[in-house]
Amino acid sequence: MTAADRPRGWLAALFSRELRLSLRSGGGALIGVLFFLAVVTVIPFGVGPDLNLLARIGPAVLWIGALLATLLGLDRLFQADRDDGSLDLVLIAGRPLEIVVLIKCLAHWAGTCLPLVAAAPVLAIFLNLEPLAIGAVTLTLAVGTPALTLIGAVGAALTVSLRRGGLLLAVLVVPFSIPVLIFGVSASGAAVSEPAPFLAPFLYLCAITLIAAVVGPFAAAAGLRFSAD
Amino acid sequence: MTGLLDLGPHAGFIFACYAITLATVAGLFAWLAADRKALTAALAKLEADGVRRRSNTPASGERG
Amino acid sequence: MDLANPTRFMSFSGRLLPWLGGACALAFAAGLYLTFFVAPDDYQQGATVKIMFLHVPAAWLAMMCYSIMAISALGTLVWKHPLADVSARAAAPIGAAFTFLSLVTGSLWGKPMWGTYWVWDARLTSVLVLFVMYLGLIALWRTMEDPIRAGKAAAVLTLVGAVNLPIIKFSVDWWNTLHQPASVMRLDGPTIHPTILWPLLTMALAFTLLFLVMHLMAMRNEILRRRLRTLQLGAAGTRVAAARPQAAE
Repeated sequence: MTAADRPRGWLAALFSRELRLSLRSGGGALIGVLFFLAVVTVIPFGVGPDLNLLARIGPAVLWIGALLATLLGLDRLFQADRDDGSLDLVLIAGRPLEIVVLIKCLAHWAGTCLPLVAAAPVLAIFLNLEPLAIGAVTLTLAVGTPALTLIGAVGAALTVSLRRGGLLLAVLVVPFSIPVLIFGVSASGAAVSEPAPFLAPFLYLCAITLIAAVVGPFAAAAGLRFSAD
Repeated sequence: MTGLLDLGPHAGFIFACYAITLATVAGLFAWLAADRKALTAALAKLEADGVRRRSNTPASGERG
Repeated sequence: MDLANPTRFMSFSGRLLPWLGGACALAFAAGLYLTFFVAPDDYQQGATVKIMFLHVPAAWLAMMCYSIMAISALGTLVWKHPLADVSARAAAPIGAAFTFLSLVTGSLWGKPMWGTYWVWDARLTSVLVLFVMYLGLIALWRTMEDPIRAGKAAAVLTLVGAVNLPIIKFSVDWWNTLHQPASVMRLDGPTIHPTILWPLLTMALAFTLLFLVMHLMAMRNEILRRRLRTLQLGAAGTRVAAARPQAAE
């Protein structure tokens, strides 16, 4: 009995395959973090090096940087699998495609977004955030970026058959990421400013991630099936 | 006539709204008409070249 | 009557269109007369209240059009109705145009009343997001070659958008707000005066008829476009088949 035959064995096998691929292929994780760093670096040149201003807009800058870095990596989610035919194999194998999409998203998140979350505290120091705000931004990014990946999976599945779908993918996904951005930024901002509550927007952010975990895989699987036949 | 002339200090904004709406609706209609004209012309050209829809092909069949 | 057959739909809609167009023209004549000669100026907003008779129907159509697209998307994916995809694709540019109109008339109304063309208020922002979603859908349709595949992809995106729109609406409500609350669709009856309400309802009816006329016209064009594509592909196929024996010699 191989690992792939045991119950739940294929899930772990698929996860580790995806994670290894996303870490290996051209240093995907590192490029995402570098892009994040580049976005955060150009902000002070745009708005000026005023530390008070940077501390005020810091959480928003980090969130927008993370959003852009996530969008940048999304087109790789299904593209390689379609090009080398392994997507068709998964479809033929009869595994529930929704679960496959969910596992691929989790692995993609672990390979691309988790490094962003880990880099956020370091970049937050450049933006003069206080320790409490650094913790809040990192926590909201850790909770919110899975939603971005899961929503983005829908766009990635719909544009998978297109040659140069990356730009269209970003245009399609951005409107859907607005609620995540709103609650993510308002929760991390609320942690610093006294009267605003932190817990309420944070819980909304958690709820959006859970909704995305249900809607995203189903819609993405439907999109993949339609692009295959 | 007082209704039309007496639009108050912001007549320009009101006029601009109605003008833009009219222009957009007219533009949509022009696009729809031009699209239809181009499509029917292309279809007529194909018909003239002897291409038929399956439902229009004579039962005896020219292609045997 | 079986309207699922495109040919029968073409003949039925061809007979229906002149009647709808006439009703639309009558409704606009009545609506514009009521707007300019009957409806009084608002005691606070003055004559700018006349912008409302364009702004509110356009915004209402922007939302109705998306609902029609969402229902059509269900028709494409669940019931595989042959006209559902045609209906959705035809509705998208019209919906985008009405969304654009509601944004433009809104900002031209906002300048004299609020003192600014644009505010990042909840209502305005969610309509702007709706506009971006319309444009994204149109882009997706235009990028994919095969109309059947494009229709299915767009249907998935439309339905996901239908789930997301209330969430966007609710999240931006929470985020910021200045726009006045709903005053026509309320459980305890409309709060606006009948002399304003009746012109508004007439204009809303006129705009709805206008939408129906345009939607039918666009659907007819879309059917013709698909017919043309099938014929062109078929013609190319016969030419290839005719050319092959000579090539083999």
